[in-house]
Amino acid sequence: MSLLEITDLTVGFDTEDGLVQAVRNISLTLDEGEILALCGESGCGKSVTAMSVPRLLPPDTTRLSGSVKLDGRELTTLPDRDMRHVRGKDVSVVFQEPMTSLNPSFTVGYQITEVLRRHERLSRQAARSRAVELLELVGIPAPRRRMEEYPHQLSGGMRQRVMIAIAVACSPRVLIADEPTTALDVTIQAGVLDVFRDLRDRLGTAIILITHDLGVVADIADRAVVMYAGRAVEQATVTELFANPRHPYTVGLMNALPSAAVNGRLAEIPGMVPSPLTDPDECAFQARCSRAQDDCRAARPPLERHAEDHLAACYHPGGKR
Amino acid sequence: MLWFILRRCGSALIVLFLASILIFLGIRALPGDPATVMAGEEASPAVVAAIRHEFGLDKPLPAQYLDYVRQTLTGNLGRSTQDQLPVIDIIAERLPVTLELSMLAMLIAIVVGVGAGIAAAVRRGRLADYVATGFGLAGLSVPHFWLGLLGILLFAVTWRVLPASGYVPFTQDPAANLQRMILPALVLGTGFAAILMRQTRSAMLGALSADYVRTARSKGLSEAKVVGAHALRNSMTTVVTVLGLQLGALISGAVVTEQIFVIPGFGKLTVDAVLTRNYPVIQAVVLITVIGYVLVNLLVDIAYAYLNPRIRLAGGSRD
Repeated sequence: MSLLEITDLTVGFDTEDGLVQAVRNISLTLDEGEILALCGESGCGKSVTAMSVPRLLPPDTTRLSGSVKLDGRELTTLPDRDMRHVRGKDVSVVFQEPMTSLNPSFTVGYQITEVLRRHERLSRQAARSRAVELLELVGIPAPRRRMEEYPHQLSGGMRQRVMIAIAVACSPRVLIADEPTTALDVTIQAGVLDVFRDLRDRLGTAIILITHDLGVVADIADRAVVMYAGRAVEQATVTELFANPRHPYTVGLMNALPSAAVNGRLAEIPGMVPSPLTDPDECAFQARCSRAQDDCRAARPPLERHAEDHLAACYHPGGKR
Repeated sequence: MLWFILRRCGSALIVLFLASILIFLGIRALPGDPATVMAGEEASPAVVAAIRHEFGLDKPLPAQYLDYVRQTLTGNLGRSTQDQLPVIDIIAERLPVTLELSMLAMLIAIVVGVGAGIAAAVRRGRLADYVATGFGLAGLSVPHFWLGLLGILLFAVTWRVLPASGYVPFTQDPAANLQRMILPALVLGTGFAAILMRQTRSAMLGALSADYVRTARSKGLSEAKVVGAHALRNSMTTVVTVLGLQLGALISGAVVTEQIFVIPGFGKLTVDAVLTRNYPVIQAVVLITVIGYVLVNLLVDIAYAYLNPRIRLAGGSRD
């Protein structure tokens, strides 16, 4: 049994324009110590999929179906009270915006000890010394002094390290990192990714890494799920995915990488993402796809096994860049 | 933090100095001669001149100003032109009454306004929100005098649960004092509560959708902690600002409220002094009001620094 099992997850939001389907029939698993990348462009549903696990979506407007099981325990129907014991303890999150994700009115020390005191029931003193250890763990120099500082006194990279320290404080089983390096300088990015790798190696934390950056995926992830318009279109181990991409959208993403640029110009994927308000029975990518044929418009291609550890949803798969 | 407070105190002193000049000049720019008022309409010019001389009103303006500053600093605010009592004694008698009224009103406003604002923000778009915003709008729109009269009519005349007017010093009989003060304080606090409610609501709505609140939720904190600590702390800056700004409205509201409930406070003193062109009293009243404003703003600034580390630690940022 996997540590985390998401089965047939569908998430929509009530809006003034009607029900917007952000995620459709996603199934995935995550093993202990595994780093799984969820990739795709903005709005493809990768963040919504991940945030469904700790149930951090707006409760009033979210329409969710399917199953999310952590260690065999169903989370989607767990009472709020019990869910609060899961959040920050078993499942924790590092958000995209280090500049705004920390509370400007509280010291770094308070924000770390708060979660320790909540879940580990540590004394003030014990929580403080544990917090200093955590700051050391995520590579913050002079941790004792940083404890007394406020977020605005730290750089973006330092703040993201503080966020990670908060997230790993209670040794979570699953860590969700939502574009953790997107807002950071490239030089800082590598350091933050090292922190994640180190945590996985030392604590065996399973990590869901949400990113649109295939460079990051290649760097750190074991397995990747490529999402498009709310659905998984390809799923494989990272080595297999990069060696042998099956879905034309994955190929398009890879061609859009700066390293793949031809004559200094990045390749782009033509066209627009379809509206999440409608869901015709066709391949969602067909309008933008150079390989699209009549069958792509006749029925939605199912996610099928194309090789060992490799699923893709395409009638005309394969082909390098 | 200490340096910050000292700097703020310095600028407060400058404001007070400028204000004293304005007060002094402003009152003399008003039409009407206090000596004539004091002497009565039938008095001979000689009597008027004698009165003018006695109060130093015949000296040149700069000399009058220096007299004024010297006396003010020694606690001598002059004598009332009306009844010859020392102004400082009159103020000492009236000010506590209004302070009590204002403090009660402010307390009511903070408890009701901030509480309702938080409730409205947390329950946005639900019944509690509509009720709070509805009452907020009503509270803002209803003038004090009308609300005061309505209060008297209901509580004193129809239901006979509270006295209609009058004042008993707190030191003499606390229960009777509160019984007479509660209705005026409610009337005075209503508009204030409405403003606080609206400001708290919008500040809390902003804070509740902030990223750091999502972080707080992701830590598994209880909703009480998320709202009461993480969101509220960041909304308090707005609330404190409004609190400071609205003090003026509270004082002018006190004038009306004290008239309606016949409370011998600062507001009533002000109105009476203006009607009789009682220069020394008007000067003292305005001066005390200015000092009150400056003090409150000083407190607001210090509260800001306490609530917002970015102000307290200005210059210490490494960004």
